[in-house]
Amino acid sequence: MALLESPPKAPIKRGKPAKQADPEDALTGTTGTRFSRHLILCLVGLVMLYPLLWLISSSFKPSNDIFRQLGLWPENWDFSNYAQGWTALDQPFHVYLINSLIVVVFSIVGNIFSCALAAYAFARMEFTGRKLFFALMLGTLMLPGHVLLVPQYIIFSQLGWLDTYLPLIVPNFMATNAFFIFLMVQFMKALPKELDDAAQIDGCGPFRTFLRVILPLCVPAMATTAIFTFISTWNEFFGPLLYIQNQDLYTVPLALRAFMDSEGQSMWGPMFAMSVVSIAPIIGFFIAGQKYLINGIATTGLK
Amino acid sequence: MSVLTKQAAGAAALPGRGGKPGRAHGKRKNQRSGYLFLLPWFIGMLFTIIPFFASLYLAFTDYNLFTEPNFVGLANFQALFEDPRLLQSLKVTFIYTFVSVPISLAVALLIALVLNRGLQGLAIYRSVYYLPSLLGGSVAIVMLWRYIFGNDGIVNGFLGLFGIQGPAWVTDPEFALSTLIVLNVWTFGSPMVIFLAGLRQVPAMYYEAASIDGASRWRQFRSITLPMISPIIFFNLIMQLIGSFQTFTQGYVMSGGTGGPADSTLFYNLYLYQKGFTEFEMGYASAMAWLLLMIIAIFTAINFIASKFWVFYDN
Repeated sequence: MALLESPPKAPIKRGKPAKQADPEDALTGTTGTRFSRHLILCLVGLVMLYPLLWLISSSFKPSNDIFRQLGLWPENWDFSNYAQGWTALDQPFHVYLINSLIVVVFSIVGNIFSCALAAYAFARMEFTGRKLFFALMLGTLMLPGHVLLVPQYIIFSQLGWLDTYLPLIVPNFMATNAFFIFLMVQFMKALPKELDDAAQIDGCGPFRTFLRVILPLCVPAMATTAIFTFISTWNEFFGPLLYIQNQDLYTVPLALRAFMDSEGQSMWGPMFAMSVVSIAPIIGFFIAGQKYLINGIATTGLK
Repeated sequence: MSVLTKQAAGAAALPGRGGKPGRAHGKRKNQRSGYLFLLPWFIGMLFTIIPFFASLYLAFTDYNLFTEPNFVGLANFQALFEDPRLLQSLKVTFIYTFVSVPISLAVALLIALVLNRGLQGLAIYRSVYYLPSLLGGSVAIVMLWRYIFGNDGIVNGFLGLFGIQGPAWVTDPEFALSTLIVLNVWTFGSPMVIFLAGLRQVPAMYYEAASIDGASRWRQFRSITLPMISPIIFFNLIMQLIGSFQTFTQGYVMSGGTGGPADSTLFYNLYLYQKGFTEFEMGYASAMAWLLLMIIAIFTAINFIASKFWVFYDN
């Protein structure tokens, strides 16, 4: 259609340079466009990062200096915010960090274990009802969690699990996170089918095939699962808010929230300091595990 | 075609297979271990399906967690539509969703298109833009937002440089929600990464052919890029809508749990939490949950129907 619209001679004349320019424009282009593109991208990036940088810089400023100071370099360095913030709540802050860590570690183990098992069955085994179950699993991907909230709360409270980490941990051992199953299914399907056959000929049962042959090949998918579980569990606010009342058991997000109750200008510095402490592990995991994160969302659309 | 050959192969193999008991035995064994592998998932499904129907039942009861549920028919649903705070929470959630989702998808697509031109330093830009989407739901960042947009915060400080007196963003009911919309747009990185992955899949030869034909950039975008990535746009749209309808932490932390000022950040799920877990009206909260489920289902269905007209599937 484009051909019809353009004058007969033009495609040949205009087409050739355009064809070369296209991939190149990308890589080299004219210096001007390349530069302006980078400039815009850098500016956008700066705007994106500015709140985080400001947070970090403010955590080193005396509380009185924090506001109305747009600059990122503290005029007066003040490291006491960290010491003050660490002890500002009922418990020293490392208690909350450890609490979060407990929930996170068990959640990661549970998710990897249960989702890998389910994914192996879906991706590489034949049994009646597999397709139906798989469809059901995909259906739960779209099911908003709040529908289950009230009955689950009732069950947990009747089990006497309120004020324990069990409601936050146990569901992860039951493959309730369909995203991770889906991710691992995609990954396992890509492995050659001959692997299973070879293992079977060598006398491996399904479980040993899974454990010795498939699982070691799935390390990248498990890493993605681990990192995403880490980040979402570390940030998780609603679950702990619902199930944890005892302040000694607070996870990091609940503890941070408690800073807001003790609001007052003098507390801003310490609060920002502890905010930095709380997001530092996420940024660390992000930098260490970028490859897995980007691959993970690219294949499943995970957040 | 591959299906055909497979069927043919299966048919040919069938008579031979029937005669071998060993093989049948092996298959049955596989059958059993398949269920064994799915055992945790089955338990998890019970833990999903039972609460699913239990909450449907509770939606028709009056239940406060301490006495037996009392069947009240449609009373909860009638009450829902007469509850001004519920209507307010729907309004807040809708405004938030229908403003922030299109903006963040548009920004995500735009940036992905620019990045996809093969600029140097793609990985760095991608990381920088993606990082906020990992932090957007964290308490630390929502609290930070509260201070950035505070009366003496840096946003007003910045506006002050131009002699503009900014409003009290967080405490003014007119502006409080907009700060959270900005926060949501700030997390455009995750749809952006999905767009980038989708753009990579568009075969380069299409563009080559189009530019030989003399198609302009804009024309190429409209006639090649857009149709080719429309399934990805659709996917992002659905996931962002579902996620955005369920926003909780942002409203809770921004308003200290109240949904204020003047209920301007009273997200649906925040109100549901207040009803269910501070006022212990579990029946009412269940009815709310089902209403939202139906709203999400309707929007998803509309999207699926509408997608027939704008989503293009290559095969």
